[in-house]
Amino acid sequence: MPQAAAADIEMRLLLEAVYAKYSHDFRDYSGASLKRRVQHALLQLDCATISELQSKVLHDPHTFQQLLQILTIPFTEMFRDPGYWLALRQQVVPLLRTYPSLKVWVAGCATGEEVFSLAILLQEEGLLERTMIYATDINPVVLEKARQGIFAINAVRQHTANYQNAGGKRAFSDYYSAAYNAARFDPDLIRNVTFADHSLATDTVFSETHFISCRNVLIYFNRALQDRAFGLFHESLCHRGFLGLGSKESLDFSRFADQFEPVSRRDRLFRKA
Amino acid sequence: MRVAISTPEAVEAAAARRIEAVVLGASAGGFEALMGVLKGLPSTYPMPLAVVLHLPEGHDSKLAELFGYRLALKVREARDKESLQAGTLYFAPSGYHLSIETDRSFSLSCEERVNYARPAIDILFSSAADAYGKSLAGILLTGANYDGAAGMSGMQVAGALTIVQDPATAEVSTMPEAALRRMTPDLILPLAQINSLLQRLGQTS
Repeated sequence: MPQAAAADIEMRLLLEAVYAKYSHDFRDYSGASLKRRVQHALLQLDCATISELQSKVLHDPHTFQQLLQILTIPFTEMFRDPGYWLALRQQVVPLLRTYPSLKVWVAGCATGEEVFSLAILLQEEGLLERTMIYATDINPVVLEKARQGIFAINAVRQHTANYQNAGGKRAFSDYYSAAYNAARFDPDLIRNVTFADHSLATDTVFSETHFISCRNVLIYFNRALQDRAFGLFHESLCHRGFLGLGSKESLDFSRFADQFEPVSRRDRLFRKA
Repeated sequence: MRVAISTPEAVEAAAARRIEAVVLGASAGGFEALMGVLKGLPSTYPMPLAVVLHLPEGHDSKLAELFGYRLALKVREARDKESLQAGTLYFAPSGYHLSIETDRSFSLSCEERVNYARPAIDILFSSAADAYGKSLAGILLTGANYDGAAGMSGMQVAGALTIVQDPATAEVSTMPEAALRRMTPDLILPLAQINSLLQRLGQTS
């Protein structure tokens, strides 16, 4: 199939071009999903071929920003997988409580739903005051959205059940004010949050942390890049620090498998061994 | 939609092909249909099989358990980055798209729904076509939506063996009919004949 082969070559060249010009490294992302995103981009950005897209991206930074929005997948919700948050509350928080001050890293925070979920949980557990949260992503547009803390009201209402199942202690609506079709979360929740541009593919560790939450980010990486990310987490976490992953993610196929032990395997909470 | 069942000659030709992996898609009525297609396949079956069966999202699926009780095949939920193993039937986890990478390992994703579905049959089928090309067999069964039609076309372009359940025998014919409007598969068969073809492919492959 010469046509398929040409598209494969174009894909490689596009990713090299993006890396060389903009330092965003998608070369070790999982191929199948990346191919779908790029096909989606061809339609959205009105390009007949990947080569045409590459040319536009190289000569027009605005097109690259549009491509970046399509390549990164900001699908997330508040208190997604309530079991994770409940286990975090019941099994990890009691140990985090023993530290005089806490540093937490939400890696790949996208539009901020996880950050606000975590801030709410820490507030209810009396830990928010003494916690510094680093929320990082490679996409500046979603980081800005996360800073705003404004989410669609319908989505937030749907996530109310998540909050309750996650062991929430109040009415979820206590945390936001609704106006028009939006829910604006209390900005006080994120007064100790630093939003920052950080890439698990190209950047290094920036701080020691006690807990890292990185959910449904690593599934978009190939094994080599997953290992790079686990390496960063291992380096960043303090002695016996905690790591939370997405509900279908694991360390099983990683070379870091034996450097973490499960706190709750079912809920994907791990601890540095 | 009335369609002709494939001839014995067409089935013979298909049974002689060398196949390295099987992907299946099913929706409404899919549990029984899958049981009909997979029953009797031995634990020594020489290929991996991967399935997307649509279910309501939001609770962890028990599909692997349910099928594991009833089949000789090893049955598991597919895990991110796991390599596909022969003799194993993999189910896409609830709420995630399932893809097969060109290194023949699985990857999961939370991309938007396709045909209102996540997991989507189209995504499994298209990615499997890229990974296996003509050594792939793809089977589309009963269902009440249009998922899988684009994936079947993609598999056909890649030279895969394409099989659609005879809509007249499907509990819900919408999904097989949607595929048949879009492409002409190698075979259109009722469940029992798809089952015996899979048995034979296991002997030749």
